[in-house]
Amino acid sequence: MGFGALFLRDLRLVWRRPGDVAVVLAFFVVATVLFPLGIGPETNLLARIAAGVLWAAALFASMLSLDRLFAADYEDGALDLLLLAPWPLELAALAKCAAHWVVTGLPLAVLAPLIGGAFGLDGASLVVLALTLLVGTPALSLIGGLAAALTLGARRSGALLALLALPLCVPTLIFGASAIETTATGEGFWVHLAILGALALVSLATLPWAIAAALRQAGE
Amino acid sequence: MADLHFLANPARFRRFSQRVLPALWLITALAFVIGLYWSLAIAPPDYQQGDTVRIMFLHVPSASLAMAGYLLLAALGASLLVWRHPLAALMARATAPVGATYAAVCLITGSLWGRPMWGTYWVWDARLTSFLLLFFFYLGHIALSRAYDDSERGDRAAAILAVVGAINVPIIKFSVDWWNTLHQPASIMRLDGPSIDPLLLWPLLWMMGTLALLFVALVLMRTETEIDRRRLEIVENQD
Repeated sequence: MGFGALFLRDLRLVWRRPGDVAVVLAFFVVATVLFPLGIGPETNLLARIAAGVLWAAALFASMLSLDRLFAADYEDGALDLLLLAPWPLELAALAKCAAHWVVTGLPLAVLAPLIGGAFGLDGASLVVLALTLLVGTPALSLIGGLAAALTLGARRSGALLALLALPLCVPTLIFGASAIETTATGEGFWVHLAILGALALVSLATLPWAIAAALRQAGE
Repeated sequence: MADLHFLANPARFRRFSQRVLPALWLITALAFVIGLYWSLAIAPPDYQQGDTVRIMFLHVPSASLAMAGYLLLAALGASLLVWRHPLAALMARATAPVGATYAAVCLITGSLWGRPMWGTYWVWDARLTSFLLLFFFYLGHIALSRAYDDSERGDRAAAILAVVGAINVPIIKFSVDWWNTLHQPASIMRLDGPSIDPLLLWPLLWMMGTLALLFVALVLMRTETEIDRRRLEIVENQD
């Protein structure tokens, strides 16, 4: 009940300011477009690097909207209410990360194959790209949520958040990109996708508690 | 465990540390003299690698201690979060830069060793990449604990980060088993026993002990400084 309320409230807040989401997606497009412009239009080369570039750009784009994830509630006192509420803070953390995923990870999973086509990826690789982003971005939202909660109220929190979140996101990046690359060579991608799913599930099972602990010590 | 409780009082810890440190520094210095002479002059050159194998005597202990240091950070973090141990936060602040330096030494000596051995300064295999991540986790811990005006906030946030990042340490240890890596697989901590020749094993173990003593001495000295710094901060904030 409370989970749904908080989740929908966050979505409603983003709905009123769609520019916040649009900026993240626009950054993703601009960042990925820089690579062909910088490296040159040779299609073979672009197809080789597409998996890594798209996944890395997705990582950076996810990081962009994270520092506002808890900061707005921290500043206007809604976080204090959540801390005092009689229902688990872990569910609140999960609700906010889920809302972040819906407005960031999900659109990225839809948008990335379009950019991937411009990089010269073939049809099967595009499908796997979308699948890996769909499966992997929940982990990114959770890890980013942890970094956001840890850096609430810190100096230079934006850069610090990226410094904390990106090393934790590296396994997701490695398996996401390698799944797409094995598709291109014709080998099976299911192993990589399964490990990606495992990472997402482990994040789901452990990080809400870490985020709640970080929110509690931020609220003290 | 009673000893740890005895030292939980920062003032008592400081008196203990001031008594112990001079002797500890002396022992560390002696161990270094013996260890360096043993590893540089007495230990034989490797039949394949020649004299470059001597980098191992610095590279391997610094790697082990960097990983152990991060586990110490995680234990101190857990101690702070669960029991609110008063000294854990200060010791964690003291340990992180020391551990980060050991990690940097390992990365640099490994890179210098890799050039003659593998023909390259760096390769993106599982062990090197996961160890580089460990170095980044250290940097993140250092940055986070110092990012707040209220130091206690920083300590608790860094404690949570240390506990979450500790998963990386077993990944580093087993990375050479789980992936095809260029880095050499385990030669010491194996089920079959060490595969390294005793003439090289013993100076390696001695240097491991020496660098461990250095680690402890540095952490004790830095913890004393952190106690003083925290006292100063409390006095400043009272105005």
